[in-house]
Amino acid sequence: MRLVVDLNKCQGYAQCAFLAPDVFTMHGEESLVYDPRPEKEHRERVTRAVAACPVRAITADGLRDAPAGAGQEASDAR
Amino acid sequence: MPAEEFHEWLRREGRIVIVGASLAGLRAAETLRAEGFTGSLTLIGDEPYEPYDRPPLSKAVLLGKASPERTELPRRREIDATWRLGVAATGLDLAAKRVRLADGDEVPYDRLLIATGVRARPWPKEDEAQLDGVFVLRTRDDGVRLHRRLNASPRRVFVIGAGFTGSEIASACRERGIAVTVAERADAPLVGALGGVVGAVAADMHRENGVDLRTGVMVTGLEGDSSGRVRAAHLSDGGVVETDVVIVSLGATRNTDWLEGSGLGAGPRGIACDAGCRAFDFRGIVTDDVYVAGDVARSPHALFGYQFLSLEHWGNAVAQAEVAAHNMISAGADRRPHLWVPAFWSSQFGVNIKSVGVPSMGDEIMITQGSLAERRFVGVYGHQGRVIAAVSFDNTRWLEFYQRQIELGAPFPVEYPTVDRRPEGRKPVPADFPDPSLPTHGPTVILSGYSPADRRLVFTPGRH
Repeated sequence: MRLVVDLNKCQGYAQCAFLAPDVFTMHGEESLVYDPRPEKEHRERVTRAVAACPVRAITADGLRDAPAGAGQEASDAR
Repeated sequence: MPAEEFHEWLRREGRIVIVGASLAGLRAAETLRAEGFTGSLTLIGDEPYEPYDRPPLSKAVLLGKASPERTELPRRREIDATWRLGVAATGLDLAAKRVRLADGDEVPYDRLLIATGVRARPWPKEDEAQLDGVFVLRTRDDGVRLHRRLNASPRRVFVIGAGFTGSEIASACRERGIAVTVAERADAPLVGALGGVVGAVAADMHRENGVDLRTGVMVTGLEGDSSGRVRAAHLSDGGVVETDVVIVSLGATRNTDWLEGSGLGAGPRGIACDAGCRAFDFRGIVTDDVYVAGDVARSPHALFGYQFLSLEHWGNAVAQAEVAAHNMISAGADRRPHLWVPAFWSSQFGVNIKSVGVPSMGDEIMITQGSLAERRFVGVYGHQGRVIAAVSFDNTRWLEFYQRQIELGAPFPVEYPTVDRRPEGRKPVPADFPDPSLPTHGPTVILSGYSPADRRLVFTPGRH
């Protein structure tokens, strides 16, 4: 599972930090710090965080079981 | 072959080569496939790693919240490409349409995308730069080395240059309880990017967090001990700072050296391209088979007087790569201009700093929300009577509004009443940018004039 947050879009709503606190944490009032390569055990929580982001700033692959190398688009990051 | 037929053939069985396998190169490759390109795709990268994200290297990684070896970028889709990683491109033959590689191979193309980005500007004195304990921070390898050294509990870290990267490094060190000295030639951190008014706020942030900030000084030399380890930094004011880690954060140099003699309009400020991402040759004539995207590109922008802009911005790399990829396989009328409004972020000392537009074009700044003293504010920059940029400290939700103001060319000083305007916001004050003829480490947006054939500027870092 690999993920990246478009921090231009991120507005610090902190939904991800609430849903997957081991992966996303708020640093100060509105800065986000995250682990770009979370362990598999966090997959379900990351999936929910991706879906819950009000500005759709999180792009992740490997959220579902898939053939190796076939990433899926979790957010089109636009 | 008529244009339409040609593009149909190109999409079906053309050969596209992308030089630069980082954020822009990867997103371009994905866009090409997403738009139906079924020909051969080759990605060439000088680093031996698959595309990874760089911003975490100076933030989450230094804070110990991510591993420097594990910041690979997620994939939007399968790209079915031939990867040539760990081998640099060393030359380009425009007439024969071939890219030369360091291992002697040549790769032919029908369309070429150049996304070779920038590299960290090294400490100019080579023997001093070689000392053990002297670092730059740009690549994954840099990140691994620095991470390891910071974990070994250095007595003091010395950062040269208080641009965004230097400030982020200082912030992370302080958070980890490491003593830090930052030396900056200007009067405050971030002045090249945001001007002196905002720079003064940044200086307070450094000092309140325990950074030993030295401004208005230059580093005249780095001193090593007999075993070749760095021991001290010498300053122009006569000061000597004992340190065992020096991080050189003097901005970036465009990776265009490999294009020397190719005939492209490439130079130290980047590769000039038109709004459709097509590269210019050195005569100022636009090519139609060579495209540019990301940090290495200079492209004209309608909102900013059609000056060529070089942007070292994550979001620009993505947006420009998407436009370049689309245009590479599209005929004339279907092409799109790259009109992205510059935007970037930085996170330091627990404060989220974001900006839209081109602050360094601003003559004046007006605080329209919040207050400087609270470190929670929006500053709006004006140029020739219109809004040209905005910066926010922990106030990001306002920026979208200001982006629209920039796009509309809204008048400056701003006239609308705001919800929480404070006394300092009632009138514009000079934004206080340093003399633009002096090269600085961190504007991140570089206004690079009107010449598409800029090959002659030679940037020589100050020799002391």
